Amino acid sequence: MSDNHNSVGGVPTTGHVWDDDLGDFVNQPPKWWMLGLTASTIWVCVYWLMYPSVPVAIAGHHWTGIGLPGSGQWSAISELAADQKVLDDARAKYEDKLKGMTPAAILADAELSEYVARSGKVLFSDNCAACHGQNGVGTVQAGKFAQREKGLMAPILNDDDWLYGGTVDTIHETITGGRQGMMPAHKDVLSAAEIDSLAASVAAGTPAANPLFAEKGCTGCHGEDGKGMQAMGSANLTDKIWRFDGSPEGIKQTITYGVNSGDANARVAVMPSFTAAGKLSDVQMKKLAVYVYKFGGGTPAAAPAPVEAAAAASEAPAAEAVAK
Amino acid sequence: MPPPFSLLNFFRNRDTLRKFFAEEVVQRFPNNNPLDVDKVTTGVSMSELEKTPKAETGNVTGLYTEHEEWVVNMGEKTIHAKRMPGFFRTLKYITESFWLILFLGPYLRWNGKQALMLDVNDRQFHIFGLTILPQDIWMVSLLLLLLAMTLFAVTSVASRVFCGYFCFQTTWVDLFTWIEEKIEGNPNARHKLDAAPMDGAKFGKKALKHALWLLIAILTGISVIIWFEDAFVFWGNLLHFNLSLIEVATLIAFTLGTYFLAGFLREQTCLWLCPYARIQGVMCDSQTLVPTYDEKRGEPRGRIRKGAAAEESKQGDCIDCFQCVQVCPTGVDIRQGQQLGCITCGLCLDACDSIMDKIGRPRGLIRYMTLDEVNGLPEKKLYQHPRTLVYIGILLIALVGIIYGLSHMGNLTLRVAPERQPLFVRMSDGSIQNKYTFKVLNKTAGDVQVKVSAEGGVKGQIIVDGGKPQLIHHGKASAFTVFVKAPEENLMSETTKIQFRVENLDDPNMKAEYDTVFTGPKR
Ligand code: SF4
Ligand code: SF4
Repeated sequence: MSDNHNSVGGVPTTGHVWDDDLGDFVNQPPKWWMLGLTASTIWVCVYWLMYPSVPVAIAGHHWTGIGLPGSGQWSAISELAADQKVLDDARAKYEDKLKGMTPAAILADAELSEYVARSGKVLFSDNCAACHGQNGVGTVQAGKFAQREKGLMAPILNDDDWLYGGTVDTIHETITGGRQGMMPAHKDVLSAAEIDSLAASVAAGTPAANPLFAEKGCTGCHGEDGKGMQAMGSANLTDKIWRFDGSPEGIKQTITYGVNSGDANARVAVMPSFTAAGKLSDVQMKKLAVYVYKFGGGTPAAAPAPVEAAAAASEAPAAEAVAK
Repeated sequence: MPPPFSLLNFFRNRDTLRKFFAEEVVQRFPNNNPLDVDKVTTGVSMSELEKTPKAETGNVTGLYTEHEEWVVNMGEKTIHAKRMPGFFRTLKYITESFWLILFLGPYLRWNGKQALMLDVNDRQFHIFGLTILPQDIWMVSLLLLLLAMTLFAVTSVASRVFCGYFCFQTTWVDLFTWIEEKIEGNPNARHKLDAAPMDGAKFGKKALKHALWLLIAILTGISVIIWFEDAFVFWGNLLHFNLSLIEVATLIAFTLGTYFLAGFLREQTCLWLCPYARIQGVMCDSQTLVPTYDEKRGEPRGRIRKGAAAEESKQGDCIDCFQCVQVCPTGVDIRQGQQLGCITCGLCLDACDSIMDKIGRPRGLIRYMTLDEVNGLPEKKLYQHPRTLVYIGILLIALVGIIYGLSHMGNLTLRVAPERQPLFVRMSDGSIQNKYTFKVLNKTAGDVQVKVSAEGGVKGQIIVDGGKPQLIHHGKASAFTVFVKAPEENLMSETTKIQFRVENLDDPNMKAEYDTVFTGPKR
């Protein structure tokens, strides 16, 4: 600070001069400006009173504010609830429709199936992805896993191979009721050499060519042609999709110890019933069925469009491959 | 060429700083101009500065008694500017009527719909037949750039043209004071009325004035809102008191905003609130035309006195009649030099010219001049003003961009996003399937059906459901999924280029393409 020696004409300044000749005038701000400032100050006080503005609680009690006109006391949780309600209201027009519809009807409705695909994504990540992998890509177990656990933990959902059928209603059934794979252990029925032989022909995709296939009763479940039966969930052994592990080692393991056979080395293949689990609502399970169908492998239920027919022709023997 | 403007240079340069500081004083203490070395009066006390010069005796006209002055214009006193006819006054009426578009534009119809609508709710702008969707919003940013550059270019050539002739603040204040003048009379009458005690007549005048102001303010609010939603629907809702909360809030905000800004704050807005005043201020340089008082010609100023013919030869042309100050809507005395209060509206030019005509002197004592001209420097041509050229350059680039955009705005656009997880799926017959999410945007007025086809890709590929018509709603991006299957043995590499096309079933010329890839297993 020094004396006021600015050269701008002797106008009154605060007297604080720096950089040789810079000073501050003592002009009052305009009146409207001061009024604005005062109004803001008052507004701050009102705000402070309305909201829970003291960030400390004493003995579990805190200042909750006197509340806002019309909407009562404010809290973060009620604001969240209000926000969620906005969301629910926006979705209500779809959700209400979904309640009375079958999965197939939902799928047929372009707008609804688009809506369901979006909410289905979240449901799938939360409930299904742990076994089936994100977006249904499957989870392959390898390396440190025991031989019986090697291979796919749960089926890939975006291919067109279905153990129990790939129509949207069947998928819905699978989700609501669950599934349990069943293949007996053959370690006491077949010799090691027979198992080797069968495993080799299954791995080659031509099980029916092996006389043992019919002789030893494999056809009872997998069918004469080895293409499986969706009614009982037996796998198609002739296609390129493997439920567990398509290597000769893996196939031998499945034949020897079976699936859910009670043997300690048996493979485990259980899809829980989501109705029994009680975690998902009816609508949510329908959403999931449509969502899974739309991964790309779903089997159209009705007569498909011409191009679809061409495409579906190759999918027609869409049986699944349990225990390949 | 002057050095490029930089804040750092600006503050480093002590002389510039001093000048800047001093100019601020000119603005705030018009009576005490420190730039004018001769006039610097040191040790003048504040009270002396604030003294208003009293009307002097001996003047030949009544003009001199009309004027008043203040030291710092903080709005304590209302400025009642005089209206004088003239070239710039007329020009201003014409340019201000540009804002009629605001009031009338929304009522234009086009094909049964509002011709001009910024439909923010549905995220689309309608400009006659044209619909601008969010995907085209880059053109709107170019438009903003274009407008900004136009403002800059114009300002660098002829100073605050926007402020003086186009600004809504200027326009609405002009309209409000016009009404004021019609009701309360000329500035003298208004001063008297303001000072008079409240009685029936005064109350009636004031009430009528404020009612009209409010009416205009409400109309302004309505006119702003109906640019964003259907005008007739809004009027209907308004007349049935059936507005949404946000509409009511907007209407009140615009109404009160207009009423206070144009009715009460007036030039205070330009002096203390408006950022554009400052932004445009820095756009001016020594080559910019600004309303300027020709000091060489005008000084020494002096009043016309009876029988002072001998002295008159020594006097300049300025007869110190204060008409230029009288007419100034922001209460500036332009003879103090260019200053931030001046919105460069040219009204003082009209006023001064009319006086020059009366006293038989040439017009143009106050005229549009550059600082170079004032300083007697050689005048440069427009093409020697690089800054303006840069602005015009950017302006042209933006313009070209907009024209390109408008002419290439296909009716249909396609985006294809290949699924990332999984990149491909092996199907039971051993073929490889890829999943694509199609987003098709339909910019036409009606819904269309499209079919999907592909070019390139893998031999023997099948587009599942490719021929199935997909309904694309108008004005929206519709999404659907497309699967492509191909035999694995035909895959030549991990990725294969593929071009998708969507095509209007009814009009094969309406189509859109998108290039992407088909992904298979690593090989
Ligand atoms: S200073 Fe601002 S409000 Fe005033 S005329 Fe210029 S742009 Fe308009
Ligand atoms: S000084 Fe002249 S040009 Fe500037 S605002 Fe006043 S009347 Fe307009």
